[in-house]
Amino acid sequence: MTMTLERPIETDVDLVEVRGLRHVYGKGGGAGLLVLEEVNLTLRPNEIVGLLGRSGSGKSTLLRSIAGLITPTAGTIIVKDMPGDDSAHGVSMVFQSFALFPWLTVEKNVELGLEARGVPAAERRKRSLAAIDLIGLDGFENAYPKELSGGMRQRVGLARALVVQPSVLLMDEPFSALDVLTAETLRTDLLDLWAEGKMPIRSILMVTHNIEEAVLMCDRILVFSSNPGRVIAEIKVDLPQPRKRLDPAFRALVDDTYARMTARPSGPPASQGAFPGLGLGMALTHVSTNTLSGMIEALAAPPHHGKADLATLANELNMDADELLPVADTLQLMRFAEIEGRTIRLTPAARRYANAEVDERKQLFAQHLLAYVPLAAHIRRVLDDRTSHQAPATRFRDELEDFMSEDYAEKTLDAVVSWGRFAEIFAYHEDDDRFSLDDPA
Amino acid sequence: MVFLSPDRTNFGLLARFARRRLAPNRYDLVALAVIGLGAVLIVHGAQEMNLPLANLHTTPIVLDPARLPEYALRTTLRMFAAIFASLLFTFIVATLAAKSRKAELVIIPMLDILQSVPVLGFLTFTVTFFMGLFPSSELGVECAAIFAIFTAQAWNMAFSFYQSLRTLPGDLDEVSRQFGLSPWRRFLRLELPFATPALVWNTMMSMSGSWFFLVASEAITVGNTQVTLPGIGSWLAVAIEQKNFTAVAWAVGAMGVVIVLYDQLLFRPIVAWADKFRFEQTASEEEPRSWFFDVLRRTRLLARLGAPLAALLRAIPVPKAPKVSLPQIGGPRTGRWFDIAWLALVIAVTIWAALTILRYISHTVSLHDALTAFDLGLITLLRVLILIALASLIWVPIGVWIGLRPVWTERIQPVAQFLAAFPANVLFPMAVIVIVAWKLDPDIWLSPLMILGTQWYILFNVVAGAAALPNDLKEVSGIFHLGSWQRWRDLILPGIFPYYVTGALTASGGSWNASIVAEVASWGHSRLEAKGLGSFIADATSAGDYPRVALGIAVMSILVIFLNRTVWRPLYAFSERHFRLD
Repeated sequence: MTMTLERPIETDVDLVEVRGLRHVYGKGGGAGLLVLEEVNLTLRPNEIVGLLGRSGSGKSTLLRSIAGLITPTAGTIIVKDMPGDDSAHGVSMVFQSFALFPWLTVEKNVELGLEARGVPAAERRKRSLAAIDLIGLDGFENAYPKELSGGMRQRVGLARALVVQPSVLLMDEPFSALDVLTAETLRTDLLDLWAEGKMPIRSILMVTHNIEEAVLMCDRILVFSSNPGRVIAEIKVDLPQPRKRLDPAFRALVDDTYARMTARPSGPPASQGAFPGLGLGMALTHVSTNTLSGMIEALAAPPHHGKADLATLANELNMDADELLPVADTLQLMRFAEIEGRTIRLTPAARRYANAEVDERKQLFAQHLLAYVPLAAHIRRVLDDRTSHQAPATRFRDELEDFMSEDYAEKTLDAVVSWGRFAEIFAYHEDDDRFSLDDPA
Repeated sequence: MVFLSPDRTNFGLLARFARRRLAPNRYDLVALAVIGLGAVLIVHGAQEMNLPLANLHTTPIVLDPARLPEYALRTTLRMFAAIFASLLFTFIVATLAAKSRKAELVIIPMLDILQSVPVLGFLTFTVTFFMGLFPSSELGVECAAIFAIFTAQAWNMAFSFYQSLRTLPGDLDEVSRQFGLSPWRRFLRLELPFATPALVWNTMMSMSGSWFFLVASEAITVGNTQVTLPGIGSWLAVAIEQKNFTAVAWAVGAMGVVIVLYDQLLFRPIVAWADKFRFEQTASEEEPRSWFFDVLRRTRLLARLGAPLAALLRAIPVPKAPKVSLPQIGGPRTGRWFDIAWLALVIAVTIWAALTILRYISHTVSLHDALTAFDLGLITLLRVLILIALASLIWVPIGVWIGLRPVWTERIQPVAQFLAAFPANVLFPMAVIVIVAWKLDPDIWLSPLMILGTQWYILFNVVAGAAALPNDLKEVSGIFHLGSWQRWRDLILPGIFPYYVTGALTASGGSWNASIVAEVASWGHSRLEAKGLGSFIADATSAGDYPRVALGIAVMSILVIFLNRTVWRPLYAFSERHFRLD
């Protein structure tokens, strides 16, 4: 196989070096959203490093900065090649959505990077066939992406990234668009290829929000906090490959990682929870009231009786960390729960909520919403003050945009609209984009 | 005759030749015949175009059916020359608009205005220019005609391409950037394929649209300039002048044949081929089919002959443009100043242009004239609105009826599309005969002609909308036994609304353009005129009264843009927000 390159001996070279990276999205004049702050990262040969964090922690931004797709606001990124005449160099990337060109065959898709580098046609073909063969897709060279299953498409994406012989392979949640079974097969195959040294790459940097996946694959995990994204922990995974999910040591590591992900930095007071910004300017995540109720019920019911370990809970509810944590954070914000370390505990109000009927639940939710979500209270106050009891939504959107980007303002308002509707503290009319007090009954 | 020595190797060569199936099969014969004929016709037509201008005056149009194929050929060539020019225009201008914010600022509003300017308007001002460009050669007039056709085609194509470039899928854009594709390769691999399906569809629409102005662009009458280029359009003009009913019928037949031919031999294959560029990752259930495309794919010899050609094309070294990285002058702050300066420049030039036009018009046109033109414009506006409403009342129920019955949809849809492509103005003479015979009021009875050709857009869009109604919603309304009114209000009307708006928008635009040919119709010496902006422009054009033509066009552009901004765009945005079913 022509793809196989000699596995280099352990060297001291840093393949990727990121120093003091900082990135601000949106407007240049300070009003933008700080997604990455003071991020340092070193990637050495022969390691798989995972970037773990909830959505919005800027891990994708970091990966894209290294790939050269984004120019960060500040900081340096150095991508080095292996010393000597190692033929692997540069970085290449695998995308969550596969990013295949639907009008090109598997072979042409794989050849894309080679073509861009001006490799002659005959050699292109030879190398792409070798890569397709390596990744287990021989026989499908002439197929179009639409004829392939999701797992096969990601294999094409992988072959396309490998064929240019990068020294570092960047992967952006490569398995999250696949079903559980397919994802597991592909992970195993990738780890096998890696262990056998059949891939030309020297190290892998992957973004994931799946803690088990990170523990399963990585030698090192960098945990990111969100808003702004910072590296808050580095976890070394020393378990031998192949790793077993049921191994107690594996479970312990997963639990530990959960705790680190939920750990609060010492800075903001607990009352502000995990959401960035203060008061009106708090950027909220839209969590459905159904999910909030469901979580409260699940926590109140046996065997938890109001208190649970986050990792266990996630496992039981079959949720990823980045699905579970926003729910927990929202409950904490509204004082329906307290989070300490990796434990979540319901407040007395939440216990009452769990046992209440619909109307009482709505009342309780309304009280907490008005008391602890400043934006909801603000909208209600404006509506009360006006004689018409109406206000255009743009008014609040504009106010929010003083604190955050347009995108975040929209999401925050969406969250408050949905909560406010459930609590029946105001009505929102999509047709003419306005709030009113009238009973939506 | 090929001599082959009885040598084994040579014999073997022949055997190998046969074994490798290089020998032509029957599909080769069909494909070769069609392609060969096409080539011969193009060469012949192109030679004719370059004859001296005097030739044009000495050989007037003869209404002899034997000459008709020749005329049809000339017309078709003109249309394809225009399509080619439109494609070129599209690639350059739309790409520029999509890539440069500064260019976009100017190009997009300009396209918006240009597409509301009636075709005849362009013709009036360019015919003298083109004739001056190639004095004493037919080529000048040909160019003017081609340019007129071009103006009926280019704008929507450019818009479609621009929109595609602006909505490139983000992940594919990232892949291209990550691999560092050169701009040219990026265009070939990403931008062009992604834009192809929409562009093909728009090209077909443009082709249909340009038939409508065939008579006007071939039989050019601008002031003292009177030219009739050999073609179906001129044939039709002469036939109408001579009240020759049979000749009109011949022309209609010839158009039908030409439309069917290029539809079957060119557009259907292209649509079938372009299907692979549709941006979806799942196989669609129904693929567009084309018999000629299948023939081409099954050819053996042509495929073999084509292979080296394709290889040759691939071997052409892609010019490796040196990576031009524009020096970033200053920070974002200076960039903003640059933007402001550019905007100021654009505004200044616009004001200057407006003043120049105003000065030009005000020399001969008084405020009174302007008010008259505006009044006439309002009459035409009223006509357009009433006609769209009437056509909707007729075609929406029929379209829904058809769309809900898959068998009928399959049968009717191609017919409706053919009717939309068919130039309805060849039927105008009939209207004149009827109106004169029954002594009807032309102000009212000429009006329907405006929508004769464009109503089909409403029909086939509504049919498509009704056919796309989700089955589960239909089942729900069946289970609850919705009454027919409730069914229409809650299911059918919201479901077809986005499609209807698209159709009505197209129909409205087309009707404005058609008003110029529809408000004035003649048959021999009986000439009917309906009061309106269209007849105002048409009269001014044939009188060679340039300021009045400019005035009429300006008023029409303003009204069209006004109608688009106040009615169609809000409706479109509304339907996008509320009635998207996916």
